[in-house]
Amino acid sequence: MTTKIRLENVSKIFGPKPKSIIPMVEQGMTKEEILKKTNHTVGVYNASLDVKKGEVFVIMGLSGSGKSTLIRCFNLLNKPTGGSIYIDDEDIVAYDNTKLKKMRQEKVAMVFQHFGLFSHKTILANVEYGLEIRNVSKEERREIAMKNIESVGLKGYEDKYPGELSGGMQQRVGLARALANDPDILLMDEPFSALDPLIRREMQLEMLDIQERLQKTIIFITHDVNEAFRIGDRVAVMKEGQVVQVGTPEEIIESPANDYISEFIKDIDRSKVFQAEHVMIKPNALVSIKDGLNVAVKEMRENGISSVFVVDRGRHLKGIVTIDDAVKGIKEKQSLEDVLRPDVTVVKQDEYISDLIPKALESSFPLAVVNDDNKLAGLILRVHVLSGLAPDDVDESEEYHG
Amino acid sequence: MGNFPDITTNLGDYADQFVSFLDTSLRGFFDLIYLLTSRMINVIDDFLVWLPWWVFIIAIILLGWYFKSIYAGLLFGVFIFLIGTFGLWADMMTTIAIIVTAVLTCLIIGIPVGILMAYNQGFSNVLRPILDAMQTMPSFVYLIPAIFFFGLGNVSAIFATLIYALPPVIRLTELAIRGVDKEVIESAQSFGSSRWQMLRKIQLPQALPTIMAGVNQTTMMALAMVVIASMVGASGLGEQVLVSINRIDIALGFEAGISIVFLAIIIDRITNGVADKFQKHRGAGE
Ligand SMILES: Nc1ncnc2c1ncn2[C@@H]1O[C@H](COP(=O)(O)OP(=O)(O)OP(=O)(O)O)[C@@H](O)[C@H]1O
Ligand SMILES: [Mg+2]
Repeated sequence: MTTKIRLENVSKIFGPKPKSIIPMVEQGMTKEEILKKTNHTVGVYNASLDVKKGEVFVIMGLSGSGKSTLIRCFNLLNKPTGGSIYIDDEDIVAYDNTKLKKMRQEKVAMVFQHFGLFSHKTILANVEYGLEIRNVSKEERREIAMKNIESVGLKGYEDKYPGELSGGMQQRVGLARALANDPDILLMDEPFSALDPLIRREMQLEMLDIQERLQKTIIFITHDVNEAFRIGDRVAVMKEGQVVQVGTPEEIIESPANDYISEFIKDIDRSKVFQAEHVMIKPNALVSIKDGLNVAVKEMRENGISSVFVVDRGRHLKGIVTIDDAVKGIKEKQSLEDVLRPDVTVVKQDEYISDLIPKALESSFPLAVVNDDNKLAGLILRVHVLSGLAPDDVDESEEYHG
Repeated sequence: MGNFPDITTNLGDYADQFVSFLDTSLRGFFDLIYLLTSRMINVIDDFLVWLPWWVFIIAIILLGWYFKSIYAGLLFGVFIFLIGTFGLWADMMTTIAIIVTAVLTCLIIGIPVGILMAYNQGFSNVLRPILDAMQTMPSFVYLIPAIFFFGLGNVSAIFATLIYALPPVIRLTELAIRGVDKEVIESAQSFGSSRWQMLRKIQLPQALPTIMAGVNQTTMMALAMVVIASMVGASGLGEQVLVSINRIDIALGFEAGISIVFLAIIIDRITNGVADKFQKHRGAGE
């Protein structure tokens, strides 16, 4: 994937003489010391990161850690005190007014925590606004706006005013308004934190759905770790104005950069972050359907296991045989197909562990994990699902293969 | 012993010199203003007097109905009719013409000044004490430079009224523009609005309810100046009050006085209603 946005040593300091503060931060003075001594606030210091095209990039951190300050730099609502921001390899910090306006009109749109809707305009006029100021013709902008209103499920509300809508609906308007401009980049500053949990979950799914369809590059801010890890392809963690770690949710959980992050993620629900492919193991024994029962028994004996998956030549799963069935089958002169049990629970590579738990409880065999081509990719022992995920935490000899 | 020492400052003289200086150096300017203002008053006045009386009453009823309720409209109609029965129809029209001119001038000057103050803290800091002074100074004081610049008559009245009634529009415009929700401004900005688009499409409409409250206040203050302004030769209802004082004519004084009260009620309710209409969709929109 190509890099869409690149931040290089971006700092934002608030106060009358922000530039004079940079050397102090470089010398290691803390935010509090600087505030006390000079009355300047360090919003963001020395942030460097890459955002890839089409990814959901989440910035998380405690209140006051500088998340909003940083995201506002992406469209220069905050002009950085130092550093560069490249969007499609152009340094936007150096933009003049005309270029900046053009960028905001065409490339980057923002969704706000408290929606930022225009209360004096109807829903339709709100969604049209971005197009209106670009002088798009009346008919065209109406058409585009209606399409976007429909796509967020608000058809029929276009003549209402924002004040007449619920919070969830208002944020849908905010989303439709941002999407109407067809921007490459969507900036979302805690867009769902003013909504109640149920609506919030719904909006998250809807946003991921939109992302799936439109492939925008999304910068998303939240202070909710679960939200961050659920929707983020990659996550940046901020503390006191600095970016302390960037990585995929799994990377961050597996190797938190410091105690701050460990503390931050301590009550995350891991089963909602890890997917089947993260806990599956490679099958060390496999039997082809053509091999016959004797090979199957040999494989199981050699590996000390009590059942084995059977696949065809294309590695598509056919079923499972147990050692007892196989031995009995040889005695009764049956073929491998005769004793094959087809009732294996098959799961997709990207299913979340939380969804696997009920399946693991019902199944009497290991779960078979298949990839997008339906080929067997690995297997998950039930104990791994049930005992909390990390494969190396479990003593594998306790329960092996069914 | 305790007498005040014999020190004099000639602040008043300076004010006098300043006004004379303005008068001589800006004569052409004042003449132009005089011309424009008196024209405007006359046009409005002539139009209102030309209007058949029942058309005017129906218009008032409709306005009251639209902005308040049908009962309010009917009540306003009765008030206007009563003023007519006092024989003060033409005087009422002159007063309305003066007030409309004064208020329009207040808005034309006040709203831009208020916007500038909202945009520029320095300007705001300079102007704020001046506005305080304009509002607290006894309104009679403005009559003196008014006569000086424009002689006796309606234009002086407008000038004095203007100084007295201008501060609320300016203040409330500044307050309203500054008070527009920060996130709303940022969201308009984030779409790449120009400054002008921001002002015209977002800030002014958002500020309108508050600005309308300022218009209401200004109008009421302009009405309050009607009698005082008649001391520099303004005609209309105020003049009738002044005449009645001179003649100790209680009947005329009462009729002219109550007419002003009627007008005040009507104008207050209608401008209030306009403000409410603008306010309608606000609230939950944050
Ligand atoms: N316009 C401003 N002027 C001065 N200081 C500011 C300004 N905006 C933000 N700050 C300061 O910068 C720091 C970071 O604030 P910021 O709003 O970015 O935090 P945040 O991570 O978004 O927090 P929250 O989760 O509460 O939204 C804070 O100390 C804040 O007080
Ligand atoms: Mg914030």
